[in-house]
Amino acid sequence: MAGVMAVLEQRGGTLKRVSHEVLTAARGLADGVGGEVHVLLIGGAGVSAEGVGEYGADKVFVVADDKVADYQADLYASAAAEQAKAGDYAAVLVSATAMGKDLAPRIAARLGSTLASDVTQVKHDGGIVVVRPVYAGKANYTLKVTGSPCVISVRPNAVTPVAVARAGHVESVSPALGEVRAGTVEIKAPERAALDVAEATVVVSGGRGLKEPEHFAMLEELAEALGGAVGASRAVVDAGWRPHAEQVGQTGKVVSPNLYFAIGISGAIQHLAGIRTAKTIVAVNKDPDAPIFKVADYGIVGDLFEVVPKITEEVKKIREG
Amino acid sequence: MKIAVCVKRVPDSEARIKIGGDGKAIDDAGIKLVLNPYDEYAVEEALKLKEAAGSGEAVVVSVGTDAAQETIRTALAMGCDKGVLLKTDAKELDPLPVARVLAAELKDGAYDLILFGKLAIDDYSHAVGVMVAELLELPCVSAIAELEIADGKGKAEREIEGGVEVVEFSLPAVLTAEKGLNEPRYPALRGIMMAKKKPLEVKDISLDAGGIEVEGLAYPPERQAGKIVGEGVDAVPALIEALRNEAKVL
Ligand SMILES: Cc1cc2nc3c(=O)[nH]c(=O)nc-3n(C[C@H](O)[C@H](O)[C@H](O)COP(=O)(O)OP(=O)(O)OC[C@H]3O[C@@H](n4cnc5c(N)ncnc54)[C@H](O)[C@@H]3O)c2cc1C
Ligand SMILES: Nc1ncnc2c1ncn2[C@@H]1O[C@H](COP(=O)(O)O)[C@@H](O)[C@H]1O
Repeated sequence: MAGVMAVLEQRGGTLKRVSHEVLTAARGLADGVGGEVHVLLIGGAGVSAEGVGEYGADKVFVVADDKVADYQADLYASAAAEQAKAGDYAAVLVSATAMGKDLAPRIAARLGSTLASDVTQVKHDGGIVVVRPVYAGKANYTLKVTGSPCVISVRPNAVTPVAVARAGHVESVSPALGEVRAGTVEIKAPERAALDVAEATVVVSGGRGLKEPEHFAMLEELAEALGGAVGASRAVVDAGWRPHAEQVGQTGKVVSPNLYFAIGISGAIQHLAGIRTAKTIVAVNKDPDAPIFKVADYGIVGDLFEVVPKITEEVKKIREG
Repeated sequence: MKIAVCVKRVPDSEARIKIGGDGKAIDDAGIKLVLNPYDEYAVEEALKLKEAAGSGEAVVVSVGTDAAQETIRTALAMGCDKGVLLKTDAKELDPLPVARVLAAELKDGAYDLILFGKLAIDDYSHAVGVMVAELLELPCVSAIAELEIADGKGKAEREIEGGVEVVEFSLPAVLTAEKGLNEPRYPALRGIMMAKKKPLEVKDISLDAGGIEVEGLAYPPERQAGKIVGEGVDAVPALIEALRNEAKVL
């Protein structure tokens, strides 16, 4: 019976949070098609599939090989495509992370199948149906996806992980890894391991209203108190104040955190494109007519240099409880 | 150095999207259509590499309607040498059929590099370039922000969550461009004049149907009009209260 294969993502042998999201999406879809969830976990010799069954996996295939400890596009693509061919799957699901966005089209091309990228919903409704934001979130497609299996990448933070215990029977496999055409030789980590805006559940973003790059320290403090990530408008990225990895918006990242702060950001249409699926938006801006207030759930009109330290102080009080 | 750059004509990022009467596609009447912003980085990189090599050719390829000729001319005005339009009126949401026609066109072109944008800002697939590489069995690095090419070899960097991957490959190769790879030039008046005379070949093609069927296109649910909690630092306690007890996010 056709089931669903979920390709999980690990870093340094530990499963990433998005893996639980993609598993939850896979479980929902598999229940719809009346099949099983099979997981593919690729990692180094010590990679552990512990806890995968708790999120609805019937079977867990583990490829444990130091050659694939970190993402190697060609080898991962080969392993995933081979594993997909070996089973009977209606769909292969991947998280739409930096890895998944690269991997999903490779798997689809190798299988000759249809790809739906960066979806926010997957369901079974007389076939596989996905919802996919397009035109930078200005519209949503509802699409019926065919092809066996089709490949779907799921946007981080779009699915809330739900624990459902299943057997999670672990089996080690060694699909053909093929040859490396372009090989990752190094992963440079930033000096301070920053949480990525696309994956964080809280994002504190700053714009030109911060006036100087040094003032972002204030946002870092708030983000840290909230366990979140710092984001930025394009204006401050282009000015070289913040790295491009932090840019939110049409030519940056699309984020869907539970809580998004727009501090000293006017709310240009291209910025808004990146935050439309944030659950709660808070804006702090001294201009009461700033467009950001049209989309913010809560706004404070005022000088960010006064308001933000006060927010941080209050948050810390709560956290220290 | 012979380089191909694949470009797509897309609605401008400022454009207000209007959904057509059938509820399945946008109505592009009155919408400004432009060269996909990520493809500008690909065009710029091709021109820089060609200039650095001192000789070569940069060929622009697009799959689209007749109107995409204008988009190809934009890339020619920036400095590319010639264009190819793979002409079809079909709109395809499944990236694989598009990748297939591009791969067929590029296969025997003896290109050292084939460049793409990392994604098209209309469909957000992030797929076509990577798929072309897979179909041609070429080395591929997607979403690159740094590139060095020397002696038939390349080294590129791509951002991942909390880090940067450094990837090495040899030519020929396929690369897709992230913002920040370079600073795209504006077409100068002279470039625009010259572009009119550059060769642009139009070939009729047909796209396979692919496996995506549109059930509907809709505006995202409007965010409920928010509220201004108050002014200045005095409003902070009310904000915290709302975040804790109303939104329940603290
Ligand atoms: C093709 C294209 C793609 C783009 N992609 C993106 C993208 O991905 N992301 C993005 O963000 N932008 C993008 N932009 C740029 C976008 O149009 C805006 O220029 C940009 O978002 C503005 O950044 P900002 O809000 O930081 O600056 P501004 O628009 O200058 O806003 C600064 C705000 O700070 C407020 N302020 C100033 N001082 C204070 C203070 N002391 N206290 C409180 N508030 C204060 C001001 O009232 C103002 O509203 C794109 C543009 C184009 C053309
Ligand atoms: N119709 C097309 N014609 C030429 N190139 C395209 C076309 N569609 C996509 N591309 C290329 O593939 C990249 C990724 O697009 P997409 O996979 O649609 O997000 C774009 O930046 C272009 O370089």
